[in-house]
Amino acid sequence: MSFRRYSILPGFGITLGYTVFYLSLVVIIPLGALILKSTSLSWDQFLAAATAPRVVASYRLTLLSSLAAALVNAFFGFIVAWSLVRYDFPGRRIVDALVDLPFALPTAVSGIVLSTIYAKNGWIGQFLEPLGIRAAYSPLGITIALIFIGLPFVVRIMQPAIEELDPEMEEAAGSLGANGWQTFSRVIFPSLLPALTTGFALAFARALGEYGSVIFIAGNMPMKTEITSLLIVTKLEQYDYAGATAIAVVMLAASFLLLLGINLFQRHSGARFGRTA
Amino acid sequence: MKRGLEPQWVRWALIGITLLFLGLMLVVPLAAVFVEALRKGMGVYLASIREPAALSAIRLTLLTAAIALPLNAVFGLCAAWAIARFDFKGKGLLLTLIDLPFAISPVISGLIYVLLFGAQGALGGWLAAHNVRIIFALPGVVLATVFVTFPFVARELIPLMQEQGGEEEQAAITLGASGWQTFTRVTLPKIRWGLLYGLILCNARAIGEFGAVSVVSGHVRGSTNTLPLHVEILYNEYNFAAAFAAASLLTILAILVIAAKNAVEWHRKRSRAAEEIA
Repeated sequence: MSFRRYSILPGFGITLGYTVFYLSLVVIIPLGALILKSTSLSWDQFLAAATAPRVVASYRLTLLSSLAAALVNAFFGFIVAWSLVRYDFPGRRIVDALVDLPFALPTAVSGIVLSTIYAKNGWIGQFLEPLGIRAAYSPLGITIALIFIGLPFVVRIMQPAIEELDPEMEEAAGSLGANGWQTFSRVIFPSLLPALTTGFALAFARALGEYGSVIFIAGNMPMKTEITSLLIVTKLEQYDYAGATAIAVVMLAASFLLLLGINLFQRHSGARFGRTA
Repeated sequence: MKRGLEPQWVRWALIGITLLFLGLMLVVPLAAVFVEALRKGMGVYLASIREPAALSAIRLTLLTAAIALPLNAVFGLCAAWAIARFDFKGKGLLLTLIDLPFAISPVISGLIYVLLFGAQGALGGWLAAHNVRIIFALPGVVLATVFVTFPFVARELIPLMQEQGGEEEQAAITLGASGWQTFTRVTLPKIRWGLLYGLILCNARAIGEFGAVSVVSGHVRGSTNTLPLHVEILYNEYNFAAAFAAASLLTILAILVIAAKNAVEWHRKRSRAAEEIA
């Protein structure tokens, strides 16, 4: 059996060769450097750097705020996608286009504007302050920033799934005597669940590694409001390359496992592969 | 109303929640950027955009995008040709590796180059001996940007070309066209909207990238500061009007990107519909 199947089209060698060459240069060799660096640590050193109390506190904060943000996005993203696909209302196309804003807006801009709005004299923060809610410089603020950047994932994955719903299925359920809520919860929701889960997982994965939009609103207090990716930068600025590498390896492993899980889940459920930027 | 059996009040409630949620999460921040940028008047706004540090940040950002875009476009075209037009072993692995930069935190994308080229890095000693600076200099900024924007064009073209199939190219070759003629006259016209779409997304990310560039740039004012980093420095110096003025430029760009993206989507839909009729 040969390496490739025969084709009359030319250019296989040069295009594949260049693809592999460029991929190695830009991605594989630099990532290899990270792995190589981490092997220069002994197991005990690695464990000490990756599980120091300050680092563990940052894992917990990052995981919990990412989870909360992804849950909020799954709930509201579902409603947004549903309304955009099934209903016509004035300005629907502009609203639809606007959903891409968090993808298109540089994260530093999202960061400074969110922290200004939610500061205690900000547009929204001033209404939260009398209620005793502190948004900016707290875990809540981090979650708000993560909701912002994860918002498009759920909406953009749910939209095609909702469009492909078979109207006959709903009509059949209705004619067999199901009421509106029963039709939704027993017929529509189960068929949308794979897409919803995928969107949730992608928003969660994006939130785990997010940096730019979070650091301005977070306050960045060690043990309290310091996310993991910021801790990597802090270690680098202190020239603690080993510490930065150890945390980065833990983060990389987490996001790979998550993406592997998403891919397996998608293959398993047969859900359409989400096209996200 | 398009379809569905749900009662009228449910519809209005869901539309209401949609508008409220998106209004709060997207419209308020969008408006706030421009209000904050113009808070001290048009004069301050224009002055903050015209100051030398801002201009050099704009220049560096555009230069970085101008290098990253063609590199990743050529790569995307090569990868799509090899992957979508030929069957070979290890294709799945290759596709996964191309997706890799999307899965990595931007901070780690910067870190890997620091570990490779930084003063204490694997090649750091050799580079220092030969007086080559990559980290805390332009090459580092470009490398980090190329890394984070690496998959955009390829990811757009591969599924598109797979869907189109290679029969037309095979026909062209059989009729005596050269490989290059086949590519420029048969393939390129078929994929131009997809290519443009990939380039738009790639460009948006290249201009806006913050985390990865922040790690490798060293924040040297006037030399390694991109526009997003310039925004960060001004903001941390409590120079809010200037920070938001620079941010407003990036926001206008983001709006243009969304508009261009929608225009391309519209064209693609239309050319696909035209094909179906023909």
